[in-house]
Amino acid sequence: MMDELRDLYQEVILDHGRNPRNFGHPADATCEARGYNPLCGDQLTVYLKVDDKGVVQDAAFEGKGCAISVASASLMTELVKGKTADEAKRLFENFHHMATGDSETVPAEGMDDEMERLQVLSGVRDYPVRVKCATLAWHTMTAALEGEKEATTE
Amino acid sequence: MQGTTMDGGSKDIATRTGEATAVDYDVDGIRRDFPILAREVHGRPLVYLDNASSAQKPRAVIDTERAVYEEEYANVHRGLYWLSERATDRFEGAREKVRRFINAAHGREVIFTRNATEAINLVAASWGRTFLEAGDEIVISEMEHHANFVPWQVLRDEKGIVMRQAPIGDDGEFLMDAFAKLLGPKTKLVAITQMSNVLGTVLPVADIVRMAHDVGAKVLIDGCQGVTHLPVDVQAMDCDFYVFSGHKLYGPSGIGVLYGKEELLDAMPPYQTGGDMIRSVTFEKTTWAPLPNKFEAGTPAIAQAIALGAAIDYLTGIGMERIAAHERDLLTYATQRLSAVDGLRIIGTAPGKASVISFDLDCAHPHDVATIADRAAVAVRAGHHCAQPLMERLGVPATTRASFGLYNTRADADSLAEAMEQVRRIFAR
Repeated sequence: MMDELRDLYQEVILDHGRNPRNFGHPADATCEARGYNPLCGDQLTVYLKVDDKGVVQDAAFEGKGCAISVASASLMTELVKGKTADEAKRLFENFHHMATGDSETVPAEGMDDEMERLQVLSGVRDYPVRVKCATLAWHTMTAALEGEKEATTE
Repeated sequence: MQGTTMDGGSKDIATRTGEATAVDYDVDGIRRDFPILAREVHGRPLVYLDNASSAQKPRAVIDTERAVYEEEYANVHRGLYWLSERATDRFEGAREKVRRFINAAHGREVIFTRNATEAINLVAASWGRTFLEAGDEIVISEMEHHANFVPWQVLRDEKGIVMRQAPIGDDGEFLMDAFAKLLGPKTKLVAITQMSNVLGTVLPVADIVRMAHDVGAKVLIDGCQGVTHLPVDVQAMDCDFYVFSGHKLYGPSGIGVLYGKEELLDAMPPYQTGGDMIRSVTFEKTTWAPLPNKFEAGTPAIAQAIALGAAIDYLTGIGMERIAAHERDLLTYATQRLSAVDGLRIIGTAPGKASVISFDLDCAHPHDVATIADRAAVAVRAGHHCAQPLMERLGVPATTRASFGLYNTRADADSLAEAMEQVRRIFAR
């Protein structure tokens, strides 16, 4: 039992869960969205600074949540910096594929390093109800990029 | 008064773990009556501690529902053949069992609904829309489940009614003095829970009813939790409406109960219309059937109602007082075990509370706690428990909740406490 749980709660996740990176509300954010998980009531806000070339210059988040959702948000903000909006969305598609084990979608190429860092979250695949925790920040980021104010995991 | 009979604080606590809790309470035998308790989850025996959400079913309930379909099933109230008469007798027999269980004066005061939520919606839509006017006041508590909150909020916005919330103290205790101050000549309804599904607080409903009646208000009691832990007597309580769900009372889902005083139900218009609730229908006019059928439009949940009757027989066979005593012992023991876990804070410690324990751990979010508990086959609820206004009052986004029922044991409380130690081993580093 402990081994299975260690697969889910790897040290990297516990670290990011306890000390989330890019936690806060940057004054120069150009877009933001609120994410809501009705199952548990968790809420977070994702802030992005996107330049006129469509590149994400800065990413941050605020909110409360479980270790999985906070760690996923923290890793996400690190990984989408420097990416175009399209690349960021593609990374989410790849991550979603990994988190759900969905074999229908074919992962996009060229994001091996990013996917390797996200590998620590692949354990959620064995916990279907926790997939929503892992993807909440990503749904919220996508909403922010598309000019929507809110996202839910429903 | 309901609230003062539940003090389990002075009970002796056996130090050995997992031993039987009361000499005359055969919990092992009771557990054998519940087939699902024999199953394993993730390779370990199931420890089911989510009874406040929905309870497991004894074989008597499962067998009854199956037997209805295999031997005695037909539609009720209309067949002129033996099988339909038989099904009708069984269905009405279940109503009589409910009547006796809550000590209603007449079977026509017992309305079968889908669940407690539908029962409250029925009262809001039928009684509320007919008898409440702009400026009238409804008093609820800060502990209400969304089912006893949202229907009134919708009615408030529709009719311009004023809604007031009776506060709780920091221990989750109901503040009677503050409640008394909310009552006045404009108060038309007090809609309040008998027992909090989050905190376990048991409210002094008989006193609440008396005070509400003194200002001319009607009282609806949400008995979803209360009816599973406490003996209920609606006449002694003198409430005007009392609602509960079958599935929390060890019965099937899809069946619930609305008790209402006859004079009120008589004055109320139907909630839904259709078959089975009419006296006569012509193109010009339809007249309603007498109680209880007026409020039971369409074919009801026949087998489920009959199986709810079986659940009530089962509980009565054990005795609600004895169940309550067993659960008090479990509450005391589990409270002690959990309190010994570092960083664990129990939320809701009102005197006389019943066997629901909400808590948080300083090192982990309730979702992570529930996932780790689940791997130890301990089923607990994590979240807002359909009581978001209460979560706001408590200043927490969510809690973990363990709720004990008649088949739980001290060993279950041990498993829970051990799972919480496991959470600490993973998170508190």
